[in-house]
Amino acid sequence: MATSAAELSGSAPPAEPLKGGDTVYRHRLSTRLWHWINAVAITFMLGSGLMIFNAHPRLYWGAAGANADHPWLEIGATRTSGYLRVGRVKLDTTGLLGRSRGFDGQERTYAFPDWAAAPGVYDLAGGRRWHFAFAWLLVIPGLAFWLFSFANGHFRRDLRLTGSELRPANLWHDVKQHARLRFPTGAAARDYNVLQKLSYVALIFVFLPLMVLTGLAMSPGMDAGWPWLLTLLGGRQSARSLHFIVAMAILGFIVVHLLMVLLAGPINEVRSMITGRYKLPEDQR
Amino acid sequence: MSLDRRGLLLGAGGLLLGGCDRLSQSKPFQGFLDAGEGLTSRVQRLIIPRDALAPEFSAAEMSPVFRTNGNSMPASPAYAQLLAGNFANWSLVVDGLVTRPLALSLEQIRGLPARTQITRHDCVEGWSAIGQWTGVPLALLLKAAGLRSEARYIVFHCADDFGGTPYYESIDLIDAFHPQTILAWGMNGRPLEVGHGAPLRLRVERQLGYKQAKYVMRVEAVDRLSRIGRGKGGYWEDVAGYQWYAGI
Repeated sequence: MATSAAELSGSAPPAEPLKGGDTVYRHRLSTRLWHWINAVAITFMLGSGLMIFNAHPRLYWGAAGANADHPWLEIGATRTSGYLRVGRVKLDTTGLLGRSRGFDGQERTYAFPDWAAAPGVYDLAGGRRWHFAFAWLLVIPGLAFWLFSFANGHFRRDLRLTGSELRPANLWHDVKQHARLRFPTGAAARDYNVLQKLSYVALIFVFLPLMVLTGLAMSPGMDAGWPWLLTLLGGRQSARSLHFIVAMAILGFIVVHLLMVLLAGPINEVRSMITGRYKLPEDQR
Repeated sequence: MSLDRRGLLLGAGGLLLGGCDRLSQSKPFQGFLDAGEGLTSRVQRLIIPRDALAPEFSAAEMSPVFRTNGNSMPASPAYAQLLAGNFANWSLVVDGLVTRPLALSLEQIRGLPARTQITRHDCVEGWSAIGQWTGVPLALLLKAAGLRSEARYIVFHCADDFGGTPYYESIDLIDAFHPQTILAWGMNGRPLEVGHGAPLRLRVERQLGYKQAKYVMRVEAVDRLSRIGRGKGGYWEDVAGYQWYAGI
């Protein structure tokens, strides 16, 4: 069973057959460092990003958009309730979005509540300062990780998706296994499974670069320097909308990622991301 | 039960807030934020060519409504008097580190060569509006006044104030001499309205809205910003901590 899974994932069979309980070296130093720097950077980016969003909680498509224009998404409030409106759908979100309690217990009409936004009580200037400083912590280590991972073969060895992996039957099989919370064991657990690979590839090559590009496209200075960015993204307000959508996608990734760590054995998983060493799960049966 | 949950939430919130507050007050963290801010503005200056133009738009792309923001009517009696006289007694002063200080009437300014541009205004809050601006290139006035070699920044003193604190802004010479940097007296084909900064406002198109000083009364060339206001180069920079370089 272990060998068939290894064949499916397209990796060469190990010289000595691995079995459940064996410890393997799974994550290189560059991967581990980048992972933890990212954990910090993205947490602060998300918090301060929500703070910035709170200053004008409406999203538009196109080059421009202000209060008189039609937003496709809006987090708003009446005197007593909060709501989220996406297109024609309007949801009551009192207590969470639009109107919520601050740290002092007082109700306030901010799009995202105090606890979600950084640095805390509404402070747009502070949020911007945090956002742009942590952006460097996202971009510089991110570029270094890219370089290292191309150079040391991490991308090619661990993240390359093969044709057989991407076959619908195999994808569906993996989805079903995940839904049943049946994770690979023994030698098969050494490599990332196809859903893992897909989500990591999406994060590294699609979401994070899009995050940076849509962020740059909101800078009036960069719009003068790199006007092609606006053409590519469909205007400044479209870039702002995409920036928000991709941020929510990354938040979704993080939630699922953390859930998977919890379900797959948090101590073993977290240890492997600190020391690099990962103990292959024993076969259940 | 719900009270307990609320208590728990507030408690957790307090922890988070406490953490953020402690971070905000820590010296090394402030140093990290300062380093980030410095890096951002220096890298932007490095990769954006000096004369790179902000995108310009067609008349069809103009926003149907261009909202006003900040002050929409200066509170001072002096301004009220100028407005009542249709700005006939108004004049723009150009002074500071210049060899030939100027005082120009609105009529004189409207008689100078003008530039018209349709650009996007980006508020720091996140909204944008596209409008057409007509005005005299700032470079033209600065050349006429003759900048002295010590001049490093151009400061714009305004007729409006927030609770008694006058509004002002400043830019460096790169932006001051940029072809799209104009002192606008016209908007969307009409004389500039009071809500948008009549009779004269700054347009510095590669920066955010709070740099676009309205109700400009005096243009001063200076060698440093530390002597004006609280020293950070602008009203919002002084009172709220916004970045002086607002290209991002």
